[in-house]
Amino acid sequence: MSAGTAPAPARVHPPEDETFVIESPGRRAWRRLRRRPAAMASLAVVLVIVACALLAPWIAPYDPTAQSWSAVRQAPSAAYWLGTDEVGRDVLSRVIWGARASLAAGVVSVLIAMAAGVPLGLLAGYVGGWTDAVLSRLTDAMLAIPFLILAIALAAFLGPNLTNAMIAIGVTATPIFIRLTRGQVLAARSEEWVEAARAVGNPHWRIALRHVLPNVLPPILVQATLTIATAVIAEASLSFLGLGQQPPMPSWGSMLNSAQRFLAQAPWMAIFPGMAIFLTVLAFNVLGDGLRDALDPRSK
Amino acid sequence: MLQLIGKRLAQLVPTLFFVSVLIFSLQHLLPGDPALVMAGEERDPVVIEQIRKQYGLDQPVPVQYVMWIGNVFTGDLGESMRLKVPVSELIVQKLPVTLQLAVMAMIVALVLGVAAGVLSAVKKDSAWDYVINVVGLAGISTPNFWLGIMLILLFAVNLGWLPASGYVSPFEDLQRSLATTIMPAFVLGTAIAGVIMRHTRSAMLQALASDYVRTARAKGLSERVVVWKHAMRNALTPVITLGALEFGTLLSGAVLTEQIFSIPGFGKLIVDAVFNRDYAVVQGVVLVTATTYILLNLLADLGYILANPRLRT
Repeated sequence: MSAGTAPAPARVHPPEDETFVIESPGRRAWRRLRRRPAAMASLAVVLVIVACALLAPWIAPYDPTAQSWSAVRQAPSAAYWLGTDEVGRDVLSRVIWGARASLAAGVVSVLIAMAAGVPLGLLAGYVGGWTDAVLSRLTDAMLAIPFLILAIALAAFLGPNLTNAMIAIGVTATPIFIRLTRGQVLAARSEEWVEAARAVGNPHWRIALRHVLPNVLPPILVQATLTIATAVIAEASLSFLGLGQQPPMPSWGSMLNSAQRFLAQAPWMAIFPGMAIFLTVLAFNVLGDGLRDALDPRSK
Repeated sequence: MLQLIGKRLAQLVPTLFFVSVLIFSLQHLLPGDPALVMAGEERDPVVIEQIRKQYGLDQPVPVQYVMWIGNVFTGDLGESMRLKVPVSELIVQKLPVTLQLAVMAMIVALVLGVAAGVLSAVKKDSAWDYVINVVGLAGISTPNFWLGIMLILLFAVNLGWLPASGYVSPFEDLQRSLATTIMPAFVLGTAIAGVIMRHTRSAMLQALASDYVRTARAKGLSERVVVWKHAMRNALTPVITLGALEFGTLLSGAVLTEQIFSIPGFGKLIVDAVFNRDYAVVQGVVLVTATTYILLNLLADLGYILANPRLRT
């Protein structure tokens, strides 16, 4: 949805019994999303990955940390579908458990970014003046530092573990949400329905939270989905560098790091965790694009 | 136009100020006393006190900031604790390596991205358009360190065509230099090619629907001349200025790509510094990167203003 577009009125369907039913915006978005096969396929992939992460203890064939010196670097087989790593751990089990670290990092860091970025963006856009000027320059400053470099620096200064990696990614992604929310609020502020809410005597906080916020949420939701994709790559990158999930617990990034040393002997160690990252990121990107179209009031 | 440029320049100062404050405060995020961290294994209170004095850590934080930023203005970014070399010297040493990679990556990205974008716009809604969009999305979704590992697996391990890692300067041996940098440049370039493709596609679609293209067609010019000479020339300006903004992506990508291909550039410098807790290097590299990015951003904006006649008045 581009800035400045007012939410379209809910679509009205004349059903057979000739009573009019007004469709809620959520229902309308879901109906539009269902018509997009790519978006639905990516939603299915996301659900499978979420299921893997939640059900890991029950569906993983082996303990992801159990080493077996009799099964070191074994190629994919009936016993080990995706092969084993340098200390004989099952790659499939580690990929399944690795979904936990990746998804947790993706979702938690985006929640952190939204929890900080949306209120600050709302404040900057609604209050304006100095508050806006200072927040906007701060946002510019953070966005001037390349995403991964800032995340690495923060994670390194905070100390290497998954929680700190999530905080580092979340803080790094915050300016994205400040800027987006601010832009949307600025566009919404001059809309007639905001003026109407003001005219009937609503206090500012109520206008900001009850009237402006719900109307600027759709693009924020789209951005959140796309930022999860960025955060999953960022977590994998930090774990690859040893700044995220610590051994022996698996994460896709750290699996790739150890796989790099055995490329000639055990290429499967590198192929499958990378494919898991790729599929997850692709699914969130396609889903984000689909959501954008489905939530856009101008699209049919 | 002057007013617009003046406004952009005026915004630069507070942004750079906040960047410097952010980078400076990174060190203070660290739990514990920086002097203790700098002292490493050394636990002698006299030595720690000496370090505290030497680096001005006994001063209040705002004073420390003023001291630091004062030094930055004179080109003094501090000294690497590990290598005992001025940070600015390290940056001057490593920057050309990353610049070579960045330029090669940009060439890859522009060639692939523009060609794919133009094709996809000209053949809108065809199978070509669909395939290019899917490949572009896949390119954006591929973590570049994994792509790097897969390329090493294919071209170095299996086919043996290219060296898996290392770096040779082009001034030493051009052919070997290209052999060592072609894979990392491709990895970095594809990450941006997808973005450039999307920009090119939308700029081309807009150009193809414009009046001047309709006029060119009405004059009876061949489709090739219309697309390449009339539409593309106009569509490319925003694409190139937007491409300049991808510099940040390039540097982020370089961090891991240089790590994988063992290339001694900017990215490797920052990762090594992070792991050795060499704060002065981390701060220096981040500061130089951010400043370059902000200046490129400004140049891109100015270029856009100059290229767009409607913004010139």
